[in-house]
Amino acid sequence: MNSDVVVSLQDLHKSFGTNHVLRGIDVEITRGEVVCIIGPSGSGKSTLLRCVNMLETPSSGTITVLGRELTDIDCDIDEARSKIGMVFQSFNLFPHMTAIENVCVAQRKVLKRNAKEATTAAQSMLARVGLQDKENSYPAQLSGGQQQRVAIARALAMNPDVMLFDEATSALDPELVGDVLAVMQSLAQEGMTMLVVTHEMGFAKNVADRVVFMDNGVIVEQGPPEQVIGAPREERTRSFLSSVLNH
Amino acid sequence: MALSKRKKAMYVRYAMYVVSIALLIAVILFIDWERLGNAMFRWDIVKEQFPDILTKAAKNTVVFTVLGFAGGLSFGLLFALMRLSSIRAYRWFAATYIEVFRGIPLLVTLLILGFGIPIATGWKWPNPYLQGAIPLSLVASAYMAETIRAGIEAVPKGQMEAARSLGMSYSRAMITIIIPQALRIIVPPLTNEFVLLIKDTSLISVLGVTAATKDLARFGRDGVNQTANATPLIVAGLVYLAMTLPLTQLVAWMERKTKAMSR
Ligand SMILES: Nc1ncnc2c1ncn2[C@@H]1O[C@H](COP(=O)(O)OP(=O)(O)OP(=O)(O)O)[C@@H](O)[C@H]1O
Ligand SMILES: [Mg+2]
Repeated sequence: MNSDVVVSLQDLHKSFGTNHVLRGIDVEITRGEVVCIIGPSGSGKSTLLRCVNMLETPSSGTITVLGRELTDIDCDIDEARSKIGMVFQSFNLFPHMTAIENVCVAQRKVLKRNAKEATTAAQSMLARVGLQDKENSYPAQLSGGQQQRVAIARALAMNPDVMLFDEATSALDPELVGDVLAVMQSLAQEGMTMLVVTHEMGFAKNVADRVVFMDNGVIVEQGPPEQVIGAPREERTRSFLSSVLNH
Repeated sequence: MALSKRKKAMYVRYAMYVVSIALLIAVILFIDWERLGNAMFRWDIVKEQFPDILTKAAKNTVVFTVLGFAGGLSFGLLFALMRLSSIRAYRWFAATYIEVFRGIPLLVTLLILGFGIPIATGWKWPNPYLQGAIPLSLVASAYMAETIRAGIEAVPKGQMEAARSLGMSYSRAMITIIIPQALRIIVPPLTNEFVLLIKDTSLISVLGVTAATKDLARFGRDGVNQTANATPLIVAGLVYLAMTLPLTQLVAWMERKTKAMSR
């Protein structure tokens, strides 16, 4: 197997009861690649992303991250997750902790870093997302865009090998979207491996190395953005794109 | 002439004030205050209650309450976590426990555990405080388990997911992320349970007492028997109030504060 493959999904299926949400997904993501997943609501994008770090347990198929098979019953899932950063649509910052505590807590409890190491790393991550002056603010005192950037810093502080973004900007007021997208874009330029579920076609077009279009639990079409967004081959892709671009 | 709605409401309100004040005056005039005072509040008997009612009886009530609460909180947390467990047998066991102990009156549970088990097994309670406090805490834990479970469930699901996605184990996430947030929600209802527990300790004396283990209620009852006067019970009631009122006020204050914080 190619050692540059970071995430590999093979014949992935997921059902919720009788609802067959993922119907055989095969994807490989190589180091440094930025893959954007687009598709209509309910097509299974979030479910796919949540399978990559096993927040959802797949019904069948294998998930391999950095050569480690997460679907193997002997796999230490907590250890594996600490290397997979995840950013949620609803931020999910810990409201009882300040920004810097949010960024430190998993470094301390999971990576067992000492207070000084953790604080230093947290400060540099907060600076990286442009929030060095918000260290001691509680989430409730921050705007949505600032909260989401703290959430990105929190994930980055674990030194992840891959970052998962699930509609990271969908809950934001339009004027705050740009700050978050800028952080994500600079991450991509620094070579982070990223799997991004997004409705931001502009971001997908400019930043993605590859765009994956999903519908109804399968990958309908994938390729470089100029192909999938610029000149889609499949009728389903075209009708989806015309519905989002006309908004 | 038809009265407007608001005028009518105003007259009704005046009428109610007048009636209430008339009733109050009637009560004050017609009650035989001297007789009442002699039967229920004689200063010489009030004075006799002290200091024992505080140093012995109230102390015992506090000991029973604190033991019952500590046990109830520990078992309650355990059963709450079992109710939320992914292991079906745990959920089932905790649910049964909670229903059983909430469904049987405390008095009956006290008698079964305090008397019934020793009779049935020949085993003796090693200590009269534990004999009362353990059944009390088992019942309290059933109520507290539900309070704690509701608090944990009120923490948004995304909190657990965020913690797990950072590599925390389930128990680590519970301890560091979920329970601290749940605590803010459950402290006011738990304080209410503490107040209920203070009052419930008055049932423990059915298990029999020695002079050293009498609680407030029993102390008051025995006082009534000795003096043939209700004053000792009134004093005991006042001592209960002195303990419970500050706590209920504290709960009211905490609830106002959370309301103000959530705006
Ligand atoms: N925990 C769950 N339990 C039951 N059904 C679920 C669960 N999570 C998702 N589903 C179902 O799976 C399907 C796919 O959901 P998913 O959230 O993956 O879609 P999505 O592509 O992310 O949509 P959106 O763009 O609206 O976020 C939906 O029909 C949804 O109802
Ligand atoms: Mg989604």
